[in-house]
Amino acid sequence: MPILSAPSHPLANDEVARIRNDFPLLANELNGRPLIYLDSGATSQNPVSVMEAEQEYYEQRNAAVHRGAHTLAVEATDAYENARSLVASFVGASPEEIIFTSNATEALNLVAYSLSNASSGRGGEAARPYALGPGDSIVVTEMEHHANLIPWQELAARTGASLRYIPVDDDGALRLEEAAAVIDGSTKLLAFTHVSNVLGTINPVAELVALARKVGALTVLDACQSVPHLPIDVTELDVDFMAFSGHKMLGPTGIGALYGRSKHLRAMPPFLTGGSMITTVTMERAEYLPPPSRFEAGTQRISQAVALGSAVNYLAETGMARIEEWERLLGERLVAGLEAVEGIRVLGPRSGQPRIGLASFDVDGVHAHDVGQYLASRGIAVRVGHHCAQPLHRRLGLTASTRASTYLYNTTDEVDAFLTAVTEVRSFFGASAIGGSV
Amino acid sequence: MSSELESLYQQIILDHAKRRVGQGSVDPSSGAGSELAAGCSTGESHQLNPICGDEVTLRVWLADSRIERVAWEGAGCAISMASASVLTELVSGSTRDDMMEQLDCFRELMRSRGTVVPDEEVLGDAAAFAGVSRFPARVKCAMLAWVALEEAVLAANS
Ligand SMILES: Cc1ncc(COP(=O)(O)O)c(C=O)c1O
Repeated sequence: MPILSAPSHPLANDEVARIRNDFPLLANELNGRPLIYLDSGATSQNPVSVMEAEQEYYEQRNAAVHRGAHTLAVEATDAYENARSLVASFVGASPEEIIFTSNATEALNLVAYSLSNASSGRGGEAARPYALGPGDSIVVTEMEHHANLIPWQELAARTGASLRYIPVDDDGALRLEEAAAVIDGSTKLLAFTHVSNVLGTINPVAELVALARKVGALTVLDACQSVPHLPIDVTELDVDFMAFSGHKMLGPTGIGALYGRSKHLRAMPPFLTGGSMITTVTMERAEYLPPPSRFEAGTQRISQAVALGSAVNYLAETGMARIEEWERLLGERLVAGLEAVEGIRVLGPRSGQPRIGLASFDVDGVHAHDVGQYLASRGIAVRVGHHCAQPLHRRLGLTASTRASTYLYNTTDEVDAFLTAVTEVRSFFGASAIGGSV
Repeated sequence: MSSELESLYQQIILDHAKRRVGQGSVDPSSGAGSELAAGCSTGESHQLNPICGDEVTLRVWLADSRIERVAWEGAGCAISMASASVLTELVSGSTRDDMMEQLDCFRELMRSRGTVVPDEEVLGDAAAFAGVSRFPARVKCAMLAWVALEEAVLAANS
């Protein structure tokens, strides 16, 4: 299924205004003001075409896939597999390398549990290279989302392997000079985020993959914040696994994907087991299907997969390179604007340095919860808290921050309205007058 | 300015968020000395709101079922910090039974989603938190110190 080609001219506010018409929720109000949605890093909104794809599936094709000979079942199976092909080509993978999961969290856990099962001897000879044990190490970074940290903590605890991390510096950048020491001959796996959901930083994938490759470690990329916002070609990135979530890329909730390099998926034991993933079953044992089916046990998220296929089409038609560039402009406007406000500390890269359309910040003397509440009263939806990255916040000396994150449907006017509201926060809470803590 | 927002952040709340009555060492010996009789019992509780990371550690000193002193340490939003401050002022010197009535009254107010008119007789400045009940996401912030107080009193009595 070919991905439709996108225009080449840059995105601009007038086209974004038309794009917004495709997103009914964006026309809503928040607290009596026009909604300014700056929380797409948490979850994105859906275009009508995506909602219609899901509805059309239920109205015309709903049936169990890979089970049954009737026409509906065939159509449902085609729709599901077509969605897989769309998602695969969106990230430069082959369909058999894409496993549907419920979200990125499950995708990362799938890898962790498959390796765990290999470590307890499941999967036979082929799976032996995937076993971990005492003396082995798993390496992550200090900026991970909990979804790309805790599964590895648990895997380490189950297998006796150690968990190490690549630290970040005061600006939140990975200390690559330390990475070379942390990743050594004991390292079996390196898991890291492509783009930080707190800092907006784009990590140097090639350098990290090279370090892992040198010691023969597997690489797992958390692409939750990159696949929705940047053109991604997984063969170019050259990682072994890559996880992302549909709800952050115009798709519905309940669907995500794991990319896995074919040679690994073919050798690895399953995570969840049951129907739809087997060939022969006796009362004692079972033989498993090849991937991706081996990793998709039970009735799958068919309508969500179909809708994700539609989301991917929407993004491809708009053009990922254009979205990347538009969000680079919005991100730069956000950061430059925030840096100009007294009493604000922006986390992550300074203005002028690469980042996606996302900026987290601390307001001196005002807690993030109060910042978010003030912005909500102005119709502005942002995220507050630790954004599922407690260790990173602790490293930066914070317990919480406020995060604004954009998508293809945000305008420069919205960013400006957000910045204006941010300048009002400290005086509302009386923080600018005393310059201290509220 | 939106009146919704002002109903949440009453001036009393913003003031208390800065004054922070009772904020200080919760070390059990910190209250020892002149006015605290040697016969005081004391208890402590630590409360954390995992959603936003707000934290309060609160200690009470009781003598003859009367709250002699409250001290707390914490970090968090204006609502949670102001609530700890207002509570300290309100319950210090109250009997244990009065404090329980204040707590019940405050809890009912917080659960009311804006349907209950606060009893200022019982709640004093804590009545200013009435607006919080219309923001369900913030009720936990206002309750944090009160839950700590309840547990600390239980600990002191045990
Ligand atoms: C970087 C990153 N990793 C992982 C996740 C987890 O995604 P999900 O909750 O959809 O599984 C998120 C989203 O919250 C994220 O931003």
